[in-house]
Amino acid sequence: MKTVVFRIWRGDATGGKFVDYTTEITEGLVVLDVVHKIQADQANDLACRWNCKAGKCGSCSAEVNGIPKLMCMTRMDTLNTDKPITIEPMRAFPSIRDLATDVSWNFRVKTKIKKFKPRKPDAEDGTWRMQQEDVDRVQEFRKCIECFLCQDVCHVLRDHHKHDEFIGPRFLVYTAALEMHPLDTEDRLPELKQSQGIGFCNITKCCTKVCPEHITITDNAIIPLKERVVDEFYDPFGWLWKKIRPKS
Amino acid sequence: MAYADTLPKQRPFGATTRPDAWWLQPLVVFLGFSAFIVYSTWAAFQGVADMHNHTCSYWYGGINGQGANYLSPFYSPEFWGTSPHAIGKLPDWWPGWAPFSPAFLILWAPAGFRFTCYYYRGAYYKAFWADPINCAVGEPRKKFLGEHSFPLIIQNIHRYMFYLAALFIVILSYDAWLGMWFTDPLTGKEHFGVGVGTIVLTLNAVFLGLYTFGCHSLRHLIGGFLDSKSKAPTCAKAYNCVSCLNHRHMMWAWISLFWVGFTDVYIRLCTSGTIHDFIFFKF
Repeated sequence: MKTVVFRIWRGDATGGKFVDYTTEITEGLVVLDVVHKIQADQANDLACRWNCKAGKCGSCSAEVNGIPKLMCMTRMDTLNTDKPITIEPMRAFPSIRDLATDVSWNFRVKTKIKKFKPRKPDAEDGTWRMQQEDVDRVQEFRKCIECFLCQDVCHVLRDHHKHDEFIGPRFLVYTAALEMHPLDTEDRLPELKQSQGIGFCNITKCCTKVCPEHITITDNAIIPLKERVVDEFYDPFGWLWKKIRPKS
Repeated sequence: MAYADTLPKQRPFGATTRPDAWWLQPLVVFLGFSAFIVYSTWAAFQGVADMHNHTCSYWYGGINGQGANYLSPFYSPEFWGTSPHAIGKLPDWWPGWAPFSPAFLILWAPAGFRFTCYYYRGAYYKAFWADPINCAVGEPRKKFLGEHSFPLIIQNIHRYMFYLAALFIVILSYDAWLGMWFTDPLTGKEHFGVGVGTIVLTLNAVFLGLYTFGCHSLRHLIGGFLDSKSKAPTCAKAYNCVSCLNHRHMMWAWISLFWVGFTDVYIRLCTSGTIHDFIFFKF
């Protein structure tokens, strides 16, 4: 057993501070286990959101040693325990209390994205036919657990607070899943360019680095969407080509 | 209350709770890019002296060069210059007060391709503009325009820069082919052969090709724009090939950047007589 110092943010929307808790850790623990131990032994009022403890619900998002992570998936043996380990709430969202943040902004954003609009059914029984290779690409995006770590690390939201102009990497992934779906017929490019602000992304790839589901957010979702926006709004030859050979 | 007012305040520049050496990556990128920019600018301006003195520091060959034919990639294609590769001589209408180097007509295109490249954008926004300097680290500025408006909205020309860069791969491959032919100074007859310079030029074309054909814009144009790739199997295969290269885009970006600079260095060292180009064989 080893004694480790955990520096945990305590406070609410009005302010707060880091408080040190010293506790013993054993082999196999994750950060969420330690937070629960501290909650049980030393700080009964420590607020922390969690649910599945299996990296699938996306509830226990926080910043461990400054990096957005799921606490339940961060093993203690991956951290340097010789120095205090900091645990703080996500910085891209309003604080509620301690490690809990108000992520409801994300759900409001989601309602503004145009829904799935499939083409007419392929068969008389009202069903469609798709090839597996056509849905392979969007299936990667369906792995998202909505932990919002990508939103948290995105400096456009985190530092520049562009919540009114930019939907963030999570919802660019969501839009990509819809936009690249072989059955979908909706056009989301005008909104992507304007109100959803895809141009604010400057490709830092921080979102990809923190994704616990290892979704290649920047290369597979955001950049392809940027290229589709270029097709539609910034490519004069592409525009001319579409005039010459319009889609059937 | 505005939503932004409910959020934690922006941290000052460099502020973070990350205990790791987060500054190392942007520092390495800064030094790497800066070194290349300084060297390539110096190399480009050597052509000004060459034009003035009717010398040629960017081409190795001829009688003094063992009959080799190595042209620096910084100077290819050579429209007006002093090497045998030159298509023509500097026209009379070029103003005498204006410095000219054959590289001036060339370097803007590959530089533009790299400047607008999705990998480089992310890298130099961090290393040169600190926006952000690294993930989850405080930034120096509050205002942020991104690529949403002028000037960085211009980055959307990347696909046009790709078209130019692809043309350069063809030209540099041809230069590598020419580098496989050695002229006998006595008879003037050409012999096929391979020298160290041939390998350097060939690898240059290969590395640049692996970087250029892993481009995100190409990935989109060649098949990524399709939602149903099964209906266009050729596009699907091409998309998979480009995706394979794109997966290592950063690695090829760095290797090709280093190698194109090294190729220029190698040819200059041969031309100046500092090193001797070893020829493995020639028929």
